[in-house]
Amino acid sequence: MQYDRIVNPRVASVPPSGIRKFFDIVKQMPEAISLGVGEPDFVTPWSIRDAAIASIEEGRTQYTSNWGLESLREKIAAYLRMRYHVAYSPVDEILVTVGASEGIDLAMRALLCPGDEVLIPDPSYVSYAPCVTFAGGVAVPVVTRAQDCFALTPEALAAAITPRTKALILPYPNNPTGGVMTQEQLKAIARVLRGTDIVVISDEIYSELIYDGHEHTAFAAVEGMRERTVTINGFSKAFAMTGWRVGYIAAPRELLTPMFKIHQYTMLCASIQGQVAADRALGRAFETGFEDVRTMVRSYDRRRRLMVSSFNEMGLPCFEPRGAFYVFPSIAPTGLSSEEFCTRLLESEQVACVPGTAFGVSGEGYIRCSYATSLDNLGKALERIRAFLRGL
Amino acid sequence: MFSTLDMHILEILCEDARVTPREIAVMTGSDEAQVSLALESLRRAGVLVGYQTLINWERTDKEFVSAVIEVNVQPQREKGFDAIAQRIMQYDEVKSLYLMSGAYDLMVLCEAKTLKELAQFVHSRLSVIEGVTGTSTHFMLKTYKYGGMIFEGGSDDRRQAVMP
Repeated sequence: MQYDRIVNPRVASVPPSGIRKFFDIVKQMPEAISLGVGEPDFVTPWSIRDAAIASIEEGRTQYTSNWGLESLREKIAAYLRMRYHVAYSPVDEILVTVGASEGIDLAMRALLCPGDEVLIPDPSYVSYAPCVTFAGGVAVPVVTRAQDCFALTPEALAAAITPRTKALILPYPNNPTGGVMTQEQLKAIARVLRGTDIVVISDEIYSELIYDGHEHTAFAAVEGMRERTVTINGFSKAFAMTGWRVGYIAAPRELLTPMFKIHQYTMLCASIQGQVAADRALGRAFETGFEDVRTMVRSYDRRRRLMVSSFNEMGLPCFEPRGAFYVFPSIAPTGLSSEEFCTRLLESEQVACVPGTAFGVSGEGYIRCSYATSLDNLGKALERIRAFLRGL
Repeated sequence: MFSTLDMHILEILCEDARVTPREIAVMTGSDEAQVSLALESLRRAGVLVGYQTLINWERTDKEFVSAVIEVNVQPQREKGFDAIAQRIMQYDEVKSLYLMSGAYDLMVLCEAKTLKELAQFVHSRLSVIEGVTGTSTHFMLKTYKYGGMIFEGGSDDRRQAVMP
């Protein structure tokens, strides 16, 4: 068998994730402290877990509607209306997916024709570009810069648009930078898009994790943008539910129906236990006024300030991110590349960070450090990074 | 009225009482003097009562026995339960004391070196206090969780070490 001739060249062309290598090294180091984790250090609150356990005991082991549990969709609709002032029909404008990741994949497959271009702020989460490629599109990175707090500027957007531009991915609050976009900045983006047929895929998975008085604006809530926006969100980050794999897409029915079609034939539905847990998560949040989320955010906020202040003190300039749970300090003063810095830091001090280049070429000169780990671990990790810098 | 800073301070100290005012200042975006002032006023208001370490004594060689004692009392005119509680809490053996709703009135958590000592405390000191009408003693066998921390059977970090 000549496997290299069998595999779809589009799939073969996508390089394996750059993070894998670090993961393999860290696994061999029992004393390593990882700042490379992209998920909350909280376990899903017990009442949410309990709801899923009860559903198993009750024998709820069947498929759900392809759209997802009705009561969950109703809660998602209520959540989006209450929290972000956007109205979607729970009947055919909200689709429960297997994590936000499926949502991104569905959006690409439903929209892209061969050669269609998708604009992606760079650096960004590692899955966007491969999803575009798998769907036959062309991923076009749009550079964002530390001096703009890694927000997408209308100038950079306008310069990147061509007649082939089908969609823009808007991933804010951003992984890996922690950058956010204000309502004013989003309005400026909207002005560039108005009058075009460019679809915006707004990945708002970190929308609950925001700090320092920042208020999250859903792109669909910006005047005139609802008709072109595919909002992607989920339960992983806000409710510490990564392993449950439950997300959702909210979009006008004309955009959502083709995505639904793919989901219906390929995924059928997200696991019922995950959906029951998600339903409980939102139910509980409504009852308690999002108490769990607020407590979690206060805890992240303190660690965020500690990280930013420590990196700046060490001489690694770090802009103050106002979202997600990452800081993105510049390691340029060391003269090392991102990859070298992370490899040597891991080998000599056993601290794992992710090189900025894993998230796009604009990530060169930066490292991503997650602060979703205990204060104790953060303190130790920062101490080791200081020692590493002294040894350079 | 608690400020956001007060709330942050209490949450930080709950997690780790060793954090210094300087570190708290960094974590809350305030200055050290402000934090020290807030700490002082929390202390004066009786909110911050002390700083202790959580120790799982069961993992040491220390010999001890602990028990929960349910105590029924005859509340006193004017003073209610407070006067009896005042007397009970003075004993070194008493580690915690609560006024309860339900079938009994006071819950006493106490500790002694040996079973004999504890028994003696119950029958010759606690039971004979005027107003105490009955006691029921339950020995503790194992601590699973205390002060919000899991002592036995907790889980390690199960996350993947590096994830995008």
